[in-house]
Amino acid sequence: MSKHPQSLRVVITDDEAPARSRIKDLLEDCAGSFPLELAGEAASGRELLALLEETPADVVILDIRMPEMDGLEVAQHMLKLPEPPSVIFTTAYSDHALKAFELHAVDYLLKPIRLRRLHDALTRVRAITPLRFDVLQQITPDARTHLSVQERGKVVLIPVPEILYLRAELKYVTIRTVLREFLLEEPLSKLEQEFGDQFVRIHRSCLVAKAQIAGFEREGGGDGEARWVVTLAGLDEKLPVSRRQQHIVKELGRTVL
Amino acid sequence: MTWLSACSAVIFGLNQPMASINQNRYPNLLPNFRNLGVMLRLIVIVFGMTIFGAALKSANWVDMHDQWLSISALAQPMLILSLLLLGLADRWLHRLDYPLAVAVIVAVELGIASLVVIATWSVITPGTPGLVRTGFFTAVATLLVLAYFNLRSRMLSPALTEARLQALQARIRPHFLFNSINAVLSLVRSEPRRAETALEDLADLFRVLMADNRDLVPLEREVELCRQYLGLETLRLGDRLRVQWQVDKMPADALVPPLLLQPLLENAVYHGIEPSMEPGVISIQISSDRDRMQMLLSNPFRETGSHHSGNKMALANIRERLSLHFDAEASLQTRTSDGHYEVRITLPYVREKA
Repeated sequence: MSKHPQSLRVVITDDEAPARSRIKDLLEDCAGSFPLELAGEAASGRELLALLEETPADVVILDIRMPEMDGLEVAQHMLKLPEPPSVIFTTAYSDHALKAFELHAVDYLLKPIRLRRLHDALTRVRAITPLRFDVLQQITPDARTHLSVQERGKVVLIPVPEILYLRAELKYVTIRTVLREFLLEEPLSKLEQEFGDQFVRIHRSCLVAKAQIAGFEREGGGDGEARWVVTLAGLDEKLPVSRRQQHIVKELGRTVL
Repeated sequence: MTWLSACSAVIFGLNQPMASINQNRYPNLLPNFRNLGVMLRLIVIVFGMTIFGAALKSANWVDMHDQWLSISALAQPMLILSLLLLGLADRWLHRLDYPLAVAVIVAVELGIASLVVIATWSVITPGTPGLVRTGFFTAVATLLVLAYFNLRSRMLSPALTEARLQALQARIRPHFLFNSINAVLSLVRSEPRRAETALEDLADLFRVLMADNRDLVPLEREVELCRQYLGLETLRLGDRLRVQWQVDKMPADALVPPLLLQPLLENAVYHGIEPSMEPGVISIQISSDRDRMQMLLSNPFRETGSHHSGNKMALANIRERLSLHFDAEASLQTRTSDGHYEVRITLPYVREKA
């Protein structure tokens, strides 16, 4: 493949080795008619994000069904990169989900991939509108398995089961794990919608992971009025429960304790 | 045609409207008398009939008890003898035309009835039914029971049910087909010979999937099919898929419903191997003693949450086919224990009739 200054840098991501090698073959065929370059290969979303930190790319050919983190989620994390590459999804399914792709003009290729289709997709890749976070969120029905934040040009993945709580600050949401805090630029209300079955709102500005709640305690307030606080597993911090959310003490107290 | 013969034609299928659809003229309208489920049903039915008869003949509860005892004194030995004789003659009966088989069974039952009545003549107190009456009731009861099994077998296996079962069978996950073709395509340039084998395996697999799968097949063939299927999956999953076969004591000639194991392995790959980057083991154990077989499939259990409907459908389909072929003698159980999902199938060891 030619190393042309304007050549298109392509990364292939698929958990199945034969699927990757098939795309590689096809890319070689394409390379004859326009300049492109294979920037790298990844077998998982995590590998892809690590690869992109070191190797900038113009386009990622991304399989949708992958273990750990599916392609649609990976694409959401990729948007945290300073210059996110374009995405061409690949899938063996041709089910109703693809209607949503077409609706939002998201590019995809059906497996087995045809040379001409890949060629067309690569030709127009610079022209298509970049993916939008909200569009990806609409397309995928499942909650993400990780949250991601940008730190010094890199995407840091935080597995959702490790999160203790999410707290809205002025402009950000703080993600708290046992080890440290991260700053996330997403509205808390959207997070509550997405992770409603794993997290519970204990306060206007705080969502706590149900699995991380160690218990509830009654604490005397400064004005002599007692209030409920949440204690956490693995972290010596007490989170106040607002008056409006007092009912969750009753609801969760039974299942948690 | 008189009303009676019209009725009997409907009940016993004397003129077969379905002959053009079914290849054998008289499909399995006669029950398999060696099947445990059939035997249990016979026992329950005869028990019910004795109670019913006692209730008809008696004026009050105490009287009913006595009546029931005296009816049972005849009915129970008859039942035991019948089960024995019919079980022994089962193969032979199934070779006869259905109407002839019915006639033979009625004759056998009449013979048994007279034998029992004569044998107990001296023992039983006066007032017990005589030879003619007993014979009449025996004939009626026998015909009723046979009519029941006839209707039941029609209910379980009309063309509609079979079509539905076959449709279910053919529901191999489309993503498997497309992913496999994709994997084969990737081999065409680099390893053409492996690509050839893979395409041949794929063809074999689809030949079976699209075949008329009503008849039982040798276990050997089902296992071979499973090996081909797993070979195709290894092609695309590589090291992630590890398979352990423990089938050296497998009865290769045992007859099983086609596509008994393959859909279960497909589930195992889909739910146990694909959702993780880590390698996982699928193990298959098949063993048998004299007349029963056990199959145990196990795969890593990974809580993925969203897609379990395909799994349930395959299980329901296999359960349904097992009960069609073996009634109560076969079972399929699933369980999850320390990170493993297990399917256990028990079924009778049936061999090809010589």
